[in-house]
Amino acid sequence: MTKAIRSSRGGNALSPAVNAAATVLLALGSLLCLFPLALVLAVSFTPERVIALNGYSILPAALSLEAYAFLFAEPLRIVRAYGITIFTTVTGTAVGLLFISLYAYPLSRRDFRYRRFFTFLVFFTMLFNGGLVPRYLVYTQLLHVKNTLLALILPLLVNGYFLLIMRSFLSTTLPEEALESARIDGAGEFRIFFSIVLPLAKPALASIGLFYTLRYWNDWFLSLIYITNDRIVNLQYLMYRVQLHIEELQNASMQNMSLQAIREMADIPSENVRMAMAIVGIGPVILAYPFFRRYFVQGLTLGSIKG
Amino acid sequence: MFHDPSARQLKRSGKSGLSRDRQYLLMMLPVLIVLILNDYLPMFGIVVAFQDIRYGNGLIQGILHGKWVGLKNFEFFTATPDAFLITRNTVLYNGAFIVLDLVFSVGLAYLIHELGNRRLSNMFHTIILMPHFLSFVVVSYIVYAFLHVELGFVNRLLQSFPGADPVRWYQEPAYWPFILSLVHVWKYVGYNSIVYLAALKSIDPQLYEAATIDGAGKWKQARHVTLPLLVPLMIVLTLLEVGKIFYSDFGLFYQVPLDSGPLFPVTNVLDTYVYRSLVNMGDISMAAAAGVYQAFVGFVLVLGANWLVRRYDKSYSLF
Repeated sequence: MTKAIRSSRGGNALSPAVNAAATVLLALGSLLCLFPLALVLAVSFTPERVIALNGYSILPAALSLEAYAFLFAEPLRIVRAYGITIFTTVTGTAVGLLFISLYAYPLSRRDFRYRRFFTFLVFFTMLFNGGLVPRYLVYTQLLHVKNTLLALILPLLVNGYFLLIMRSFLSTTLPEEALESARIDGAGEFRIFFSIVLPLAKPALASIGLFYTLRYWNDWFLSLIYITNDRIVNLQYLMYRVQLHIEELQNASMQNMSLQAIREMADIPSENVRMAMAIVGIGPVILAYPFFRRYFVQGLTLGSIKG
Repeated sequence: MFHDPSARQLKRSGKSGLSRDRQYLLMMLPVLIVLILNDYLPMFGIVVAFQDIRYGNGLIQGILHGKWVGLKNFEFFTATPDAFLITRNTVLYNGAFIVLDLVFSVGLAYLIHELGNRRLSNMFHTIILMPHFLSFVVVSYIVYAFLHVELGFVNRLLQSFPGADPVRWYQEPAYWPFILSLVHVWKYVGYNSIVYLAALKSIDPQLYEAATIDGAGKWKQARHVTLPLLVPLMIVLTLLEVGKIFYSDFGLFYQVPLDSGPLFPVTNVLDTYVYRSLVNMGDISMAAAAGVYQAFVGFVLVLGANWLVRRYDKSYSLF
C-alpha cells in the first residue's frame, strides 16, 4: 500500500522550491521542540556562578557536573522516588492489562448474552462521571487509601477507552474455529483465555501496555490529591515539589538556614540543580522514546477499528 | 465417525461445570469492582453537592445524615464572580485550542505527508511528537527556564535589545492566554496530526493521478482532492472536541503557570477551581457543586455533539 503511494508520487511530488520551503518549515518546528529540552540540559551542566552571571543559556560559558554531584550527594530521595514510580507503573500496567483483557474477551463474543449491557456499563463512565470531589470522598472516607500506593494505582487501573480498543481488537482477530475446537476438547473459558486469547492479543497488549506505562509514569495529579506523606513521593511529584521549593533536596544542615541565606551563597547550586532534577526525571522517557514511538502510533490506529 | 456435540456440551464446558455466561461474568468481576469503586459509587456521591457538609466530622456520616440544602450550594457558587470567570476561561481557551489544533495538525500532517524525503519527514514527525510524552511537571520546568524573571532565556534575550524592559512573566496576566496557547500547540500538535496523517495515507493515489491528467497542479490537488476528503474527519473530530469543551487540561492550567495567584484571572478554569476549592479551602460542598455543574453541562454537550456527528456520518459517532 505504502509502496504504491510512494511510486505514484514519482511524477507528482512537490516542486523543488515548495519542497525546500516545507523542509525549512518542518525543521523550524522540530527545532522548537528540541530547543527547550536542549536549554534545560545545558543549564543542568552550567556552574551556578555562571548562571547567576549570564542567566539560563543554551551555550554555557563553562561546564560542570556540580548540579548532578549535589543531586546525588544524598541519592536516597531520588532513588526512592524512582522505586515508587517503577513499582506503580509496572504493577498498574500488568494488572490493568490483565483486568481489561479479562473484561474485553467476553464483550468480544457474539454468543455472550449480556454483552450490550456490560459494554454500556464501561461506555457510560466515559461520558459521565461524578467528578473529583465524590471520588475523593470514596477514596479517603470509604476505602481509606490516602497515603498508600493503592491511591496511585487504582484510579488509572481501568480505562474505558483502552478497554474498548481491546474489545475491538479481539472481536476482529480471534479465530472462532480455534476457540470452538478448544471448547469441544473440554477447555473452560479461563483456559481458553490464557492459552489462546492472550497470546493472540500481543499486538494490542503491547500498544495498550505502552499507553498504561506512560500514564502511570507521568502521573503527578494523584499524588497531588492523595499523598501528604513524605515517604510516598514518586518521581513526578518529587519534581513538582522541587519546582516549588528547591530546599526539598537540601540536607538537614542547610534546611536550618533561611532560604535567603542559602540564596546568598552563590556557589551553592540551586538553579542548575532544578534543571538537573528535570533531566533526571525526563531521562528514561526520552531515551526509550525512539523505541516505543512505533507501538504508540500503531496503538492509535488500533483504536480506529470499529467493533 | 461424525461427532455432534450436544447443546449441553457446548454450553457447559471446562472442569468447573459453570455455564459459559457464568464464566464470562466471573472474568468480568475485577473490572466491575474497579468500575463500581472508581465511577459508580462516586456518582452517588454527587448528593454532596446538595447538602451542607462540614469538613472533618466523618464524611460518610455526613453524607448519610447531612442537611439537605437543595440548590443552595449552586446558588452560592453562581453568585461568586468566579463562576462566570472560570466558565468563560474554560470555554474560550478550549475554543481557541480547537481552532489552533485543527489548523496546525492538518497543516503539519500535510507537510509531513508530502515531503519528498521519507526519512527526513519521519524524523521530523518523531521530534515534533516528542513533547506529548513529557508530563506537565516537566513542561513547567521548561517554561520556567524561559520565563524566569532574572535568569530566564526570554528576559535575557530582551536585555540584548536596548530599551526593552524585562517582564515579570509570572505576575502579568496579559501574556498568559498566548503563552498557554503556545504551550498547548507545542505539546499536542504532533499527537493530533497522527490521525490526519493516517487519513492522508489512505487516500487512493488514483485520485491524484486522475487530477494530474486533468492538469491540476499540486496546489489544486490539495484544494480539490485532499481537503474535501479530509473535511469529514475534521468535522467529526472538531465536534467531539466541542463535546469536551467544559473539561480543561488541569496540568496546563495548574502546573505551567506555577499556581501563581496574580495569574488566576486568566488561568483559573473549572478543573483548577474544583481542585483549589477542595484542597486549599476544604470547601467540599462548593467544590462538589462546581463539579456537578461541569459534569452535567459536559454530559449534555457530549450528547449534543454526538447527535450532530450521527446526523453527519453515523460511522463516526460514539454511540
